[in-house]
Amino acid sequence: MKVSIYRYNPETDREPSMKEYEVDTQGKDLMVLDILALVKEQDSSMSYRRSCREGVCGSDGMNINGKNGLACITPLSQVAPGVLEGKKPLILRPLPGLPVIRDLVVDMGMFYNQYEKVQPFLQNTSPAPAIERLQTPEDRAKLDGLYECILCACCSTSCPSFWWNPDKFLGPAALLQSYRFLADSRDTATEERLSKLDDPFSLFRCHGIMNCVSVCPKGLNPTRAIGHIRSMLLERGI
Amino acid sequence: MVTSVTSLGRNGLYDWLIQRVSAAIIGVYMIGMLGYLMLSGDLDYGSWKALMSSVCMQIANTLLVVSVAAHTWVGLWGVTTDYLTGMTLGKAATGVRLIAQLAIALALVVYLLWGLVVIWGGA
Repeated sequence: MKVSIYRYNPETDREPSMKEYEVDTQGKDLMVLDILALVKEQDSSMSYRRSCREGVCGSDGMNINGKNGLACITPLSQVAPGVLEGKKPLILRPLPGLPVIRDLVVDMGMFYNQYEKVQPFLQNTSPAPAIERLQTPEDRAKLDGLYECILCACCSTSCPSFWWNPDKFLGPAALLQSYRFLADSRDTATEERLSKLDDPFSLFRCHGIMNCVSVCPKGLNPTRAIGHIRSMLLERGI
Repeated sequence: MVTSVTSLGRNGLYDWLIQRVSAAIIGVYMIGMLGYLMLSGDLDYGSWKALMSSVCMQIANTLLVVSVAAHTWVGLWGVTTDYLTGMTLGKAATGVRLIAQLAIALALVVYLLWGLVVIWGGA
C-alpha cells in the first residue's frame, strides 16, 4: 500500500513536503503505528512520537487522512474506505495548528500552556482529613467522561477556534479538564475557576461545532463539558 | 482571563447571551412577518403603511433593528478577532483589526440611527 507522510526538517528543508512510501501489509488490518514502524525500517530519518502503543499515553496523536487520531489504536480499516485494500493512500500529517519540530513531531507548548491555566489539580481550603477526602458514589460518577482524558491534543488541534487563537482560547482539552475540577465535590475553588472563564475568549470562543467530539480517541465529549461550564457561568451571572 | 475592550460587553457571557436573545428576537420577527405576508392576501400600500405605523410594529421594528445591530457586532467582532490576527497579518494585524472594527461599528451606528428615523420618523 502507498503511504504519504509529511516531512519537514527545519534545519535542512526550506519548506515541508509529502514523501511517498510503499509498504507491504500482507493484507493485514494493521494499526497506523505499525505502518509507521514499517516505514521507519525503510527510512530511519522519518520522525514521530510513540510510547505505550495502546492508546494510554497520548504520544502518537496525528492527522490521519484528514482526521486527528491516535496512530496506535487506529486500524487501517477505520481510516477511510479503500485504505486497507490499498486503493487509497494512507496520508499522515502532524497535528494541525501546532508548530512542527520535525516531520510528525509537533511542539505541544501552546497546548500545555492552556492546560496549565485551568489549574488542573484539586483545590480545597478546608483542613486535610487524616486519610483522604471522601466522595459519594454519585459525586464520583460525575467525573466519568472527564478524568479519562490523556492529553493527546487530538481535540484541541482539530478546533478552528484553537487554530486562530491558541494563546487566548483554552481549547476543548483544557476546558474538559477545567470542568473535571468544577464538577468535583471535593474542590472548593469553583468561584475562582469560573471567574477566569467568563471573558470573550477563554471559553466563549467555542462555537459548538463538535470537531473535538468527533475526533476524541477516548470517546469523550468536551462540547458537553463546555456547555456545563457555560450553564454554571449563566447561573452565577444572572 | 483574556480582556478585550472592543467586545460588546467586555464579557464572554454577556456577548453570548446577547447573541442568543437577539437571534430569538430576529427569528420570532421573521416568522411573524412571514405569517402575516402569507395570510394577508393582496397587500396594498395602505394596509402595509397602516401596519408599519402601528405602535406595536414600531416597537417590534425597533427591537429588530437593535437586535440585528447587536447580533452583527458580536458575530463580526468574532470574525475580526479570528482572522485579522498576527498569525495571518503579522505586525499590521492590530491596525488592520482596529480599522475593520471601527468601520463595522460606524456602519452599524449609521444603520441603527437610520433605522430608528425610518421607524419613528413618521415619513
